[in-house]
Amino acid sequence: MPKRIEDFVIRGNKRLNDDFFVLELAAGTPLPDINPGQFAEVKVEGSPETFLRRPFSIHDVDYRENTIKLLIQIAGKGTETLSGLRPGNSLNLVYPLGNSFTIPSAGEKVLLVGGGCGIAPMLYLARKIAQAGIVPGILLGFRNKKRVIEYEDYQEIGDVYLTTEDGSDGVKGLVTGHPVLMNSVFDRMYCCGPEPMMKAVARHCGNAGIACEVSLENLMACGIGTCLCCVVDTVRGNLCTCTDGPVFNTKDLKW
Amino acid sequence: MVNLGISIGNLKFKNPVLTASGTFGNGTEFEDFFDVSRLGGIILKGTTIEPREGNPYPRMAETPSGMLNTVGLQNKGMDYFERNIYPKVSLYKTNVIANINGSYIEDYVALAERFDKLGKIAAIELNISCPNVKMGGMVFGTDPASSRKVIRAVREAYSGTLIVKLSPNVTRIEDFARIAEEEGADAISLINTLLGMSIDIESMKPSLSTITGGLSGPAVKPVALRMVWQCARAVKVPIIGIGGIMNASDAIEFFLAGASAVQVGTASFIDPVSSVRILEGIEKYLEEKKIGDIKEIIGLINSI
Repeated sequence: MPKRIEDFVIRGNKRLNDDFFVLELAAGTPLPDINPGQFAEVKVEGSPETFLRRPFSIHDVDYRENTIKLLIQIAGKGTETLSGLRPGNSLNLVYPLGNSFTIPSAGEKVLLVGGGCGIAPMLYLARKIAQAGIVPGILLGFRNKKRVIEYEDYQEIGDVYLTTEDGSDGVKGLVTGHPVLMNSVFDRMYCCGPEPMMKAVARHCGNAGIACEVSLENLMACGIGTCLCCVVDTVRGNLCTCTDGPVFNTKDLKW
Repeated sequence: MVNLGISIGNLKFKNPVLTASGTFGNGTEFEDFFDVSRLGGIILKGTTIEPREGNPYPRMAETPSGMLNTVGLQNKGMDYFERNIYPKVSLYKTNVIANINGSYIEDYVALAERFDKLGKIAAIELNISCPNVKMGGMVFGTDPASSRKVIRAVREAYSGTLIVKLSPNVTRIEDFARIAEEEGADAISLINTLLGMSIDIESMKPSLSTITGGLSGPAVKPVALRMVWQCARAVKVPIIGIGGIMNASDAIEFFLAGASAVQVGTASFIDPVSSVRILEGIEKYLEEKKIGDIKEIIGLINSI
């Protein structure tokens, strides 16, 4: 599927809480096939400190509306500038980039695990899995109740489980302590979130013989495999997160 | 119609816009965005004899108007290049230029000979200026005697168009330009990245795994332009200007300072179509100025 560089028009900018917002972007031409786990490199205009594009998971795709969504956490000057975009503004994207999650075969039991901004690639993945006739389990982890986002959106697609670190909502603790992850039988898990969380999920899957894919985030410049900055150490040597990933089978990672 | 053609030694370029090594992969990564054969040339990712894993992550840091990198010449080696990359890049209808690197003079010579044998490599860019490897690279390019030795050895082994890529991390870059010319280089290209560093004050650690790395982007452009101008006054061989060229205006500054061609580098990371937009912009500028030939503006500031 060819990569493109394209100006999108902001359709909406929905603030979820102090840190998170969702941009809805309308494409001027029919969207290409986008697979769950793929990402876009976004050009940030109006922020002199932001020199390079910023990579974001494609959060959701609506082919009927010809729109995509990006779930973004404000983490610095670049994302802060993006949070100020208004409907009608334009945004330049290079997309769709990277590989994608494996869609499960019929009958497989799957669990999607997302922590914090790591829930970003999980919505579209859950949608695609549901379209394949499987009801996915979706385990979401946040620091506290105030930070819980998009719970209802996920509930429309699968069986949602929740943890918060302080116990203000859902099960208290980390996602790896949730009974659904520890006690239920799954064929496959998908995970995105802070590295310690992904490593813990990978370890559990390794011990239990469950296939596990994680979506990694590394500092990158180009997003198309030429700068060689975003490498991850794997059993096949240094691979680019942007083109060989961002989705990796945890068996291939030197964790 | 504007004439954009230039020559380096016996080699003709249909236009003066090339891509900088390490910023354009092997060109294949850009095929989705535009026909890369429209460019005057493609300088391939640096190749070494043996495969190299490169430096540990993190390899980059964003800096004001630029970026630092410490990739460390990650590449799959010459055997892989011959088997897997050459069959693709040899199909391009433009000059495909190899960028060669090594830890020892013998490595450079062996690579030059192997690239020569392939047939469709238009020129070699001798990289004696990589700041991110412990042996070779900049170690050659910042010492006059070592530079002379490696250029001489490659020149003896390779009869094609030889471009020497200079390091800016020296006191008098024009001395190195003269050495390259004296040893028979057909052209010099400059600048490679400027050695720099950055520290993350949250973790209180260097941003890069190797502490220092190479600075590129608009931040280095004034330095690069000054060095191109200095070298243009010191040597007669053509100069290929590199350093923070983001748009046609930047490129034109380099021509006026004395560059016969330019390489677009970091700009391709931000906009994959940068190089071809710069080419279009140069053509438009010349048309507007009613200048029929790019060669008329090369080094123009030096003749006024």
